[in-house]
Amino acid sequence: MKKIFLIIRREYLVRVRKKSFIIMTFLGPILMASLMIVPIWLAQNSDKESRLGIVDESGLFAGKFRDSENMKVTFLSPDLEAEKLKFAQSGLDVLVYIPRTELNVPEKALLYSEKQPSLNVKSYVQDNMKREVEAMKLAASNIDPDILKSVKTKIEVTTIKLGEDGGEQKTFTEVSMALGFIGGILIYFFIFLFGSQVMRGVIEEKTNRIVEVIVSSVRPFQLLMGKIVGVALVGLTQFLLWVVLTLGIVTVFQLSFSDTLSMAAADGGLSDPGKLVQTEIAAPVADEMNQGVAQVFEVIGSVNWVVMIFSFLFYFLGGYLLYSALFAAIGSAVDNETDTQQFMLPITVPLILAIVMAQSVVENPEGPMAFWLSIIPLTSPIIMMIRIPFGVPFFDLALSMGLLVAGFIGAVWLAGKIYRTGILMYGKKVTYGELFKWLRQS
Amino acid sequence: MSIIFKAENVTKAFANHLALDKVNVEVPEGSIFGLLGPNGAGKTTLIRIINQITAPDSGTVYLDGRPLHRDDVYSIGYLPEERGLYKKMKVGEQALYLAQLKGLSHHEALVRLREWFTRFEIQGWWNRKVEELSKGMQQKVQFIVTVVHRPRLLIFDEPFSGFDPINVNLLKEEILRLKAEGSTILFSTHNMASVEELCDHIVLINKAQTILHGSVHDIKQAYKSNTFEADLLGFSGGEQDLPLEGIELLSFSRANGIASVRARLAPGQSPNQLLRSLMPLGQVQGFREIIPSMNDIFIRRVNEDKARI
Repeated sequence: MKKIFLIIRREYLVRVRKKSFIIMTFLGPILMASLMIVPIWLAQNSDKESRLGIVDESGLFAGKFRDSENMKVTFLSPDLEAEKLKFAQSGLDVLVYIPRTELNVPEKALLYSEKQPSLNVKSYVQDNMKREVEAMKLAASNIDPDILKSVKTKIEVTTIKLGEDGGEQKTFTEVSMALGFIGGILIYFFIFLFGSQVMRGVIEEKTNRIVEVIVSSVRPFQLLMGKIVGVALVGLTQFLLWVVLTLGIVTVFQLSFSDTLSMAAADGGLSDPGKLVQTEIAAPVADEMNQGVAQVFEVIGSVNWVVMIFSFLFYFLGGYLLYSALFAAIGSAVDNETDTQQFMLPITVPLILAIVMAQSVVENPEGPMAFWLSIIPLTSPIIMMIRIPFGVPFFDLALSMGLLVAGFIGAVWLAGKIYRTGILMYGKKVTYGELFKWLRQS
Repeated sequence: MSIIFKAENVTKAFANHLALDKVNVEVPEGSIFGLLGPNGAGKTTLIRIINQITAPDSGTVYLDGRPLHRDDVYSIGYLPEERGLYKKMKVGEQALYLAQLKGLSHHEALVRLREWFTRFEIQGWWNRKVEELSKGMQQKVQFIVTVVHRPRLLIFDEPFSGFDPINVNLLKEEILRLKAEGSTILFSTHNMASVEELCDHIVLINKAQTILHGSVHDIKQAYKSNTFEADLLGFSGGEQDLPLEGIELLSFSRANGIASVRARLAPGQSPNQLLRSLMPLGQVQGFREIIPSMNDIFIRRVNEDKARI
């Protein structure tokens, strides 16, 4: 046991000290945090004031465009050509031209500017015109806006899972899908990333010719397990650091920008504030957004996080152990990384199959394909992770976990046999037939 | 002299061939023991069995009279033919790791490694990465990690291959020093000159079987053919002028005014008889028995063995 600890320690320290590990550790959270922060930051920074000059040929909109925080509106003369000539000196950012039409109300506008106008400007013009035109049309048809408002209906469909104990729980299909996908893809990614690290480690020991020195001190199996466990700890460390650092960066960002953020949140969302002027028609939108925020909290509450995290760790470790043992066996059978291709196929096929099938599993998480793929140990780490947020019968889960444990014990046992013959073979192109002989003879 | 290592009827077969076929070897304690044989004879397989890297199919291997046990790896130091180090690791850290794998505590390993690094005058390498060292430097480090845990039995597989002459010499000195300190050294090599120079005992394995086993002195005595050679100064005659009186002449040659006569004595004939018959012909400058070299014995035995399938 002391030796296996020494091996684990070496495998762990060597990898954790590598530059690539340190770079990945910091780059990952920065990328993830920026995925969360950049859209908010962009939204905040687009608050730059825009000055609009409006050429309204019909005269219907005079005074109807409401100034907002970052939109300053000036009504110009209805002579477009003259205003165009003056535009350069006027200090305006955008010239809005609303042409007179044959119909009673104009329904289009042209924006002239030196730079491409922002989406905010476009939607500001759109919203204001829409509101006014709609009001005009309602007035023309003698419809009271209050009646219209009361007619608007929103149908809410809530899915509720009936528990065996009679308990009820609201479910959110989209969220379940997203969580399942993220979990499954993370496991897929980790298996490939760290499984191939184990393989490269084995090949390195072979090409460095140090392996025979080491197996004269420890059993090949100890070396194999030490390496697999060491790399697993590297993976967990990296994952943990990513989570902690990402949360850290986001928190720091939130603290330093808390006022602007809370303002945006009070507006009911983080989208452009120009759209959220409190008007009768815009009001339901804001309502929906507030509802959305509440829903997010409800969703977060509805997910059984203990089960999610526990099963993620279980399937991550189980899948990783199974595959990394196979990766190690491949590494031991070849002399360099380019020779691994022929043996990689049988390992990558089930993993890729699992990812390809993920979509149809999500569509029918109770179907026979979902069942079988989540039972077979080669695909279960990914597919079961996708199924779990939808709720999996206890029997399926127990069977899948049991088979995964059996699967990785079997894989480690098989890999151990190939490994202890393979690591001492040099300069020989190994075939599948040869691997089979190694399995039989030892 | 007690026997430190013994292999009894050891057999090991691989998928396609028999590597060892009822091999018997006894290594006396404190000796330098040569494990000889042509390529593919099964030497490396036997060495791997001693190191418990592979297990024999049948037969038993003893260390100190007891069947080999897992903990015996701590009493064995092994320098494999295919050897190397982690290239990206620092020398000191790596040596510590390997020494600890051989059962030394961290502290003990550190103290002993410092000693060895001082002896080889390589203290400055401690924090350098292995890949920064030259091949010869790496070999020194490799040697240190093989012996640092003071193994009682040392196994060197082709130790001189890849070493430059200076390091070969260093290695020989260290081998002799380790022997003087009581270690037993088993080494496998094709270099017959080093066998003559260092080995006390040998075993010759060919095609998975032991074909010669014993002390170097005894084997040489057994393979000598009662051949003697004399150098004569001042003899101007030819081959036909030699009064050999029934002694079989093997060769006659002349170089730099000295005639060399090589003759084989039949049973019952004595070297004095040959010497007496030559003395009247000129001044005898040298007279010696021709003892076969290990190289000759090796080639002769392996060729004789070719008949066996």
